[in-house]
Amino acid sequence: MATPTYITLDHGSGGLVSQELINTLFLKYLRCPQLRDLEDCALLDGFSGQLALSTDSYVVDPLFFPGGDIGKLAVHGTINDLAMRGARPIALSLALIMEEGFEIARLEQIIASVAAASEAAGVAVVTGDTKVVPRGKADGIFLNTSGIGAVEYRVFISATNARPGDAVLLSGSLADHGITIMTAQAGLAVDGDLRSDTQPLHRMVATLLDEVEDAVHVLRDPTRGGLATALCEIASSSKVEIEIDEECLPIRPAVSTACELIGLDPLYLANEGKCLVICSPEEQDRVLNIMRSVEEGADAVCIGRVRGERPGRVNLRTRIGGQRLLEPLTGQPLPRIC
Amino acid sequence: MNLDEPFREPAICTPLVEEIHRSLHNVSAPLRIMEVCGTHTVSVFRHGIRTLLPRQITLLSGPGCPVCVTPAGHIDLCLQAAQQQDVVLATFGDLLRVPGSSGSLADARARGMARVQVVYSPMDALELAQQDAAIQVVFPAIGFETTAPTIAATVLAAEQLGVENFFIIPLAKTMPEALMLLLGDAQLKFSGLLCPGHVSAIIGAAAYQPLVERFGLGCAVAGFEPADILAGLLALVQQQSRGKAQVDNCYPRAVSQAGNERAQALLAKVFMPVASEWRGLGNIPASGLALREPYQRFDAVQRLQLTAHSVPDPPGCRCGMVLKGMIQPPQCPLYGSRCTPLSPIGPCMVSAEGTCAAYYKYSGSRCSETGSKKSGDNGAC
Amino acid sequence: MCLAIPMQVVALRSDDDALDEPQVAVVESSGIRKDVRLDMVDRIPELGEYVIIHAGFAIRTLDVAEAEYNLSLLRKMAVMLEQEGRLPGAPEE
Repeated sequence: MATPTYITLDHGSGGLVSQELINTLFLKYLRCPQLRDLEDCALLDGFSGQLALSTDSYVVDPLFFPGGDIGKLAVHGTINDLAMRGARPIALSLALIMEEGFEIARLEQIIASVAAASEAAGVAVVTGDTKVVPRGKADGIFLNTSGIGAVEYRVFISATNARPGDAVLLSGSLADHGITIMTAQAGLAVDGDLRSDTQPLHRMVATLLDEVEDAVHVLRDPTRGGLATALCEIASSSKVEIEIDEECLPIRPAVSTACELIGLDPLYLANEGKCLVICSPEEQDRVLNIMRSVEEGADAVCIGRVRGERPGRVNLRTRIGGQRLLEPLTGQPLPRIC
Repeated sequence: MNLDEPFREPAICTPLVEEIHRSLHNVSAPLRIMEVCGTHTVSVFRHGIRTLLPRQITLLSGPGCPVCVTPAGHIDLCLQAAQQQDVVLATFGDLLRVPGSSGSLADARARGMARVQVVYSPMDALELAQQDAAIQVVFPAIGFETTAPTIAATVLAAEQLGVENFFIIPLAKTMPEALMLLLGDAQLKFSGLLCPGHVSAIIGAAAYQPLVERFGLGCAVAGFEPADILAGLLALVQQQSRGKAQVDNCYPRAVSQAGNERAQALLAKVFMPVASEWRGLGNIPASGLALREPYQRFDAVQRLQLTAHSVPDPPGCRCGMVLKGMIQPPQCPLYGSRCTPLSPIGPCMVSAEGTCAAYYKYSGSRCSETGSKKSGDNGAC
Repeated sequence: MCLAIPMQVVALRSDDDALDEPQVAVVESSGIRKDVRLDMVDRIPELGEYVIIHAGFAIRTLDVAEAEYNLSLLRKMAVMLEQEGRLPGAPEE
């Protein structure tokens, strides 16, 4: 039988054609023994205490971009969601919805990427699902990953936990992912030194919590909506004011130029490998040093402070000494000429 | 090297701010300055410039914002084109959320009624047409004198390349006539105009001289970095202080007296002035650009048989008065109730940085009020 | 109505052999490169000069000296206007 090059409805039917795909493609790259058993679900044991569960779907277009692809994003994104509550990621599920006609070669690239990211992060994909919908009913491929984690720290990390006086730290440069995706869209192409920052943050978080657990009040990865939206959410949940210093914001020159060229604001573009850490002011220097001691946090800086005067407000002190109120993003960021 | 970088530094901005404050010692009356250009409004917010200015200065957003002034009828035209079978609308992102009479381009795309793609340049739209002969690419040609020559050049390129499936909807507008109309309103009390730096790069600083002569209005041509804007404001304050209106060119690295003659020639070759409808301001003669006869085969309205309808501004909408700076947003009956940033009706709310949208965000005032006066929104930002 | 940024010209080319003048400039800034059209620029730039870019087109050519002149103008404005009543060193056009 000739090797198929395109996904057909049969591949999602659960029958022999599906099995063939799973055995020859998925299991070629995804090595977890649990997965290979192909049971209806994976059994996990050896954990006590609180569990964390997170889910995210991935619909990014284009599927492949400088610095990553939808597969890598799907692994890192869910790992990071767990890490942001101080949970140690244990296992991932992977579900795919594909459009009839999707190229199998591209699927293989994506699964290879999922496997590589999962292995590098030390978090296995233990169960999965595949569905196929007729042509036109999905945009190529959609992924969903869910993740289970174990909450092993006693500290309560939550968006409601920021306190007046806390330091606001950021693990690295802003808007790398968002601008890379925008400029990879047809009609907006910009050549240059742009790449997604997608990476798992759970090891940096673990290092941090192992050493200064009680000092960490809030962790948040500023994904969709960018830094500004994440800060607004925290300010609102914690009923505090947050003040940010524009001069301190780390933005790569190439990112800044690309944003200016097509009219986007880097404060509102997604980050997929960065983390906000809001911590007690006494431990600020220590926390920064710990972040900087690992690769994921090498460029960590303090970007501002939490205050108590005007709850829910996020204020940016501009480079020239002015004040700018930051609001959450209402819709998608759009390029502009004006 | 980033050539604009020195114009962002505190070292040059702070003395300009200080001098603005110092210069106002001689001026007792409040200064109302119109930021003609939407990009100036955005830049003022981005850098927090309002919070640095003395309360005596009020900045008002003018009509130089394609998002703000494209009327619902023009959006409907774009939607008509987009809904045709083989049409792909390739547009600047600015236009995507502007409301037509039954929704925006973004709404139509979401409902599967239109194929809409955002492009950075009109040349990208032309390339799209070249890549796929099966589609008709329609480019809504919005913008002012900075953008119109790019569209003219693209039309000429399309002609030279013999592309048959590329069209524009001629919606570009020009500033001088609109400014004449706005400023001619006897009720207006502006002290000065902050003139758009890049439009001025094309039309020249001398283009504003008639405004000085006819209305005694001070003009300052300014760029878009914080130091550029502050310099423009300072020049206007100084003019007021000396009681002498003139045109000051604070952006000489981009703007000359005569402007960019090559770009002007391109415009004259491809376009001709026609009357144009402006949301909130009505029909203004000689303020729009239509394709000249040799290029009319690129006109989507003709070739795709689109019918233009004039859609009256919704009842109660007072955008015209807000755009002219005659009232503040809360004095519009629709403000905060039927007209909000998430469901905007008029241009002042459509643009995220339009006067009403900005007021909504920054002043904390969410309700319409009639009769009561509020001071300028200087302190609220 | 005019989002436009200055970038440096690193290459010039013409896609049409019949033309004397280049039609496209390759511009660069901070590791970002873009092809921009020269149809509407006031004068064709030389390598190393800067152009202000809007919607994929160069709208104005300038060099470092012009930028520096503008900068010195702004610096002087902060002190000179009161004394002389006009912008310092306004060039005769």
